[in-house]
Amino acid sequence: MIQLEQLTWQVAGRTILADVTVAIPANTYAVLMGSTGCGKTTLLEILCGLRKPTSGRVLLDGVDVTHLEPRERGIGYVPQDLALFPGLRVREQIGFAPKLRGMPIEELNQRVNRLAEQFGITHLLNRLPDLLSGGEKQRVALARALAAQPKLLLLDEPLSALDESMRAEAVSLLQRVQSEHELTVLHVTHSSSEAAALGHLHLRMAGGRLEIDSKV
Amino acid sequence: MSFNRSNLCWLVLALITAGYLLFWALLLGATASYSTLESWLKVLMSSEIRHATWLSLVTCSLAAGFALLLAVPVGYLMSRREFRGKSWLDAALDIPIILPPLVVGLCLLIFFQTKIGKVIENGFDVNLPVIEVPESWRPEPEFKSVGEDEFAPRSRVIPMPDDRWKHTLHIPGFPFTYQISGVILAQFVVAAAFAIRTMRGTFQHLSARPEDVALTLGCTRFQALWHVALPAARRGMVAAFCIAWARSLGEFGPILVFAGATRMKTEVLPTTVWLELSVGNLEAAVAVSLFMVLLAVLVLVVVRATGEKV
Repeated sequence: MIQLEQLTWQVAGRTILADVTVAIPANTYAVLMGSTGCGKTTLLEILCGLRKPTSGRVLLDGVDVTHLEPRERGIGYVPQDLALFPGLRVREQIGFAPKLRGMPIEELNQRVNRLAEQFGITHLLNRLPDLLSGGEKQRVALARALAAQPKLLLLDEPLSALDESMRAEAVSLLQRVQSEHELTVLHVTHSSSEAAALGHLHLRMAGGRLEIDSKV
Repeated sequence: MSFNRSNLCWLVLALITAGYLLFWALLLGATASYSTLESWLKVLMSSEIRHATWLSLVTCSLAAGFALLLAVPVGYLMSRREFRGKSWLDAALDIPIILPPLVVGLCLLIFFQTKIGKVIENGFDVNLPVIEVPESWRPEPEFKSVGEDEFAPRSRVIPMPDDRWKHTLHIPGFPFTYQISGVILAQFVVAAAFAIRTMRGTFQHLSARPEDVALTLGCTRFQALWHVALPAARRGMVAAFCIAWARSLGEFGPILVFAGATRMKTEVLPTTVWLELSVGNLEAAVAVSLFMVLLAVLVLVVVRATGEKV
């Protein structure tokens, strides 16, 4: 369960987020829509701890995490540009978080191989990010985030770089991942069809305020 | 091909560029043709110039290494963090670039005449608590070297009234003025500014997003720098090292003022050129100059290969 309580973000005298209050139940696939520049990415960055809100609180399973560092929150984040680590092979990208936590090498390899199999990227494990297609990069970024076993996954327009045929495949992959890993997902998108296919809960941001979209 | 005004404009610009390059080619060509290969080799094999060459190579490498160690954290801070007074700090970091080289040397020389500078060079005494020592344990009341090394701490035990002993430990300093370490410091202070500029540019061109993601995956800021930013910036690091190295190689003014130009001691290649010119040995000065041009071209090739711009 994720709760946002009167979350406000102001920068240079401008209010980007105003008293954002919402609760997303556990194991829910929430979809957030809104016009460009309305503060969707800012909201995700506040949730995962990359920005400190001007005021308000973020609660994860009832625990106030507002002042915790990103690494202490257990939130996975896949940004719009996917942000794969330059110079690291796919195997190292997926194994990044487990290795950081000192996981034994055998267990780490098992986790990497299992995720690679799940995402259909076993044949790419030794490739560098520069040699991957848009769809492959997206799968690697998702696998990398899930390797850290987060409770909440934040996706910032993860399908925007994919063409129409790959998008349908990616939508079913996301549905499968969410149910198999029992994740709470907050997915930012501009696509109504994507939102309709994926979302259990539809949110809309406008004028710095967040509302539950009952029209969908 | 129609010759319109736009083409004329490009032609004029190309001629200006070609004229400038031709000027440089003539300069280098004239210098290269001044002497013969045999006389260059003879000059370069002389013991003084071999010493100056080795000293240059070693001091430039150390200065560039230290410059890189400073440039990475400073460049990362300046490219990733917004804070009050950043533009002032940014300008201050460029001071060594705009200062006249002789002034840099003079600043170093004067700094090591101040109290702080003297402490750095000569060391300082630490007074340990007054202790009571049985007569049989009392050492000689004089300096005692703890080890063979001249830089090892020395302690002094001074007898006081009432059978107590004052114990003073001497922490040795590190001399710079007119020393080889002074050559490295003089090269470092200027080279570091160029290395910082290069690393700042490198980090600015790299997206901060992968580091943000690394933070959510469990990294501290230091770990994100170490595991994500530094591997991505390795080409920039090579370029920063090379630029700092090349800058150190050409350094003359600060070295002359601060470290001196003592043959077989603090003489580096630019000093050699100056020393040879001052005694009218133009052939030797030309040979060393051409050797430095060759090294500079090699550095330029390496920097270009990294994809960075000087």
